[in-house]
Amino acid sequence: MPIKNEELKLMFRKMLTIRRFEERAIQEYQNGNLYGFIHSYIGQEAIAVGVCSHLRIDDRIVSNHRGHGHCIAKGADMKRMMAEIFGKKTGYCKGKGGSMHIADFKIGMLGANGIVGAGLPIATGSALAAQLEGGDRVSAVFFGDGACGEGEFHESLNLAAIWKLPIIFVCENNMYGVNTLTSYSMAAENVADRAVAYSMPGVVADGNNLFTVYETAEKAVNRARRGEGPSLIEFRTYRWRAHFEGGGMPDLRPGDELEEWKKKCPVAFMERQLFEMGLMDSDELKALDAEIMSKVQEAVEFARQSPEPSPEDALEDIFSE
Amino acid sequence: MRKITYEDAVMEALQEEFRRDDKTVHLATDMNEPLLEEFGEERVRSTPISESAFVGAAIGLAGSGFRPIVDIRMATFGFVAMDQMMNQAAKITYMFGGQARFPILYRMTVGAGMSMAAQHSINPYPMYMNIPGLKIILPSTPYDVKGLLKTAIRDNNPVISFEHMGLGELVGEVPEEEYTLPLGQASLKKEGSDVTVVALAKMVHLSLEAAGEMEKEGISVEIIDPRTLMPLDRESIKASVMKTGRLVVVDEACLTCGTAGEIISSVVEDIKVFKNLKAPPKRVTGLDVPIPFSIPMEKFVVPDERKIASAIRGVMEDNL
Repeated sequence: MPIKNEELKLMFRKMLTIRRFEERAIQEYQNGNLYGFIHSYIGQEAIAVGVCSHLRIDDRIVSNHRGHGHCIAKGADMKRMMAEIFGKKTGYCKGKGGSMHIADFKIGMLGANGIVGAGLPIATGSALAAQLEGGDRVSAVFFGDGACGEGEFHESLNLAAIWKLPIIFVCENNMYGVNTLTSYSMAAENVADRAVAYSMPGVVADGNNLFTVYETAEKAVNRARRGEGPSLIEFRTYRWRAHFEGGGMPDLRPGDELEEWKKKCPVAFMERQLFEMGLMDSDELKALDAEIMSKVQEAVEFARQSPEPSPEDALEDIFSE
Repeated sequence: MRKITYEDAVMEALQEEFRRDDKTVHLATDMNEPLLEEFGEERVRSTPISESAFVGAAIGLAGSGFRPIVDIRMATFGFVAMDQMMNQAAKITYMFGGQARFPILYRMTVGAGMSMAAQHSINPYPMYMNIPGLKIILPSTPYDVKGLLKTAIRDNNPVISFEHMGLGELVGEVPEEEYTLPLGQASLKKEGSDVTVVALAKMVHLSLEAAGEMEKEGISVEIIDPRTLMPLDRESIKASVMKTGRLVVVDEACLTCGTAGEIISSVVEDIKVFKNLKAPPKRVTGLDVPIPFSIPMEKFVVPDERKIASAIRGVMEDNL
């Protein structure tokens, strides 16, 4: 189905929100206000937004270490996200998880996961839950190309296939596991080729083009809702930042590669599209950007002003009641 | 009271809880025939041999409102799914600030004595005790296993039930009526006054036999079975040692960093109990070797009645 104008604008707003949120998190990190890991999602925004646009609040997603974008796309509150990244008591996980483990079960965000590939079995289980519930809820799991070398990837695809689970396996192939080329670490040409082995549709698509992401995800989500089973989508994209912030793993990728991919910036592409379609002019863009920046600022202020957890809070939440 | 086997007690616990709560789901590499027959293939799923996938899928199910029961079969197969068990199930409640519940029961068999060699014989529960976020039960009798499994299934956290392979055919009293047993409450298997023997799983039965022999020598042995390792009922153990002044811990698991060492540390750290000790505590455990295949070697590396008796005599002689 063609995308409605309002939905297109909303998706662009979400993409820009992710971009600004990530830029600010990086800035806060560089200013020494954050500690730990920040794995930036910059460059991959169209994927989270294009996929999650087809999901309802009661659908479930599982994310990975590079998870801020998926949280925002699924509708998470930026204040509580930022507070978590700042390690504050008001964060989504009360400061126990940090950037890599943001979750919001109330909106079907079943958590970012710090172990590569580990989210796939969990998401597969959530899809089994959806099937047992008998409705038309679906699950989506986001993972990188690196996860496709894990046994959990293969086991999960097979399990989802034999049970025809309503799940979309979303591989964000940004070409590198840290600095190792996927073309080196994977014998097959495409991640999506592996779908054949699990008797499910597998497609390769441009992850930087929101229209393509939207259309590709729509088919997979509809198939899952109809009870026809899982799909594997491989979105080709590129991460603009090093594996994580702070220089702990220096970026060894060729510099001109980034310059080439910056020309394919998913946010700038959509700006141009919206201009051309007459859905936004430069004044509106400025106003939208200012509004988003002020929301990000509010999130940072909220995080800064929030109390630190007390040391003894470390002893809570080991078990549920 | 009627008597049934340990295996049948396990099955009764599962059946009763499946009837009680339609959110229960069973995952295992093999059919669980009685469950399948009664509850159908939607809820009773046989899985591919993909431990990571189904151990992890249980987490997704639990986080989505279901109550999965996963039969991993042997604890050695559980190692294949270590990431999902240790990094995911154990930490997920905590890492996400307690915003969701993960009621999961993982069942695994443990133990030596079946001539199955190292990759099908092991007692790895001490390792799991070292990972916060998992509850652990280790039942030794049909009565205990039924009551504890029922509680474990109702618990809103990941619980691992380690069940010794040598106990499956064991027959014991199990009431017809509904009952559950609390986690974290040790069971007094035999009352005595001279020596406290804390015994785990199959070792409870070997210790009971050894205690019978000791009675002939005039030594009165008290036997305590913690039944659950997380939470561990340290207080009941300490109270018994306060009474007897002597402690032997019998565990088939290996010596180093084992449950026996943990139990003894908890006891001697308490100054009141420490001052009351009449002899240094002793451990009777599996030796620090993989379980060998050949029967003479296998018997040699795990505790038996003779080793237990010798340790009991030892603490009677080693007066402080």
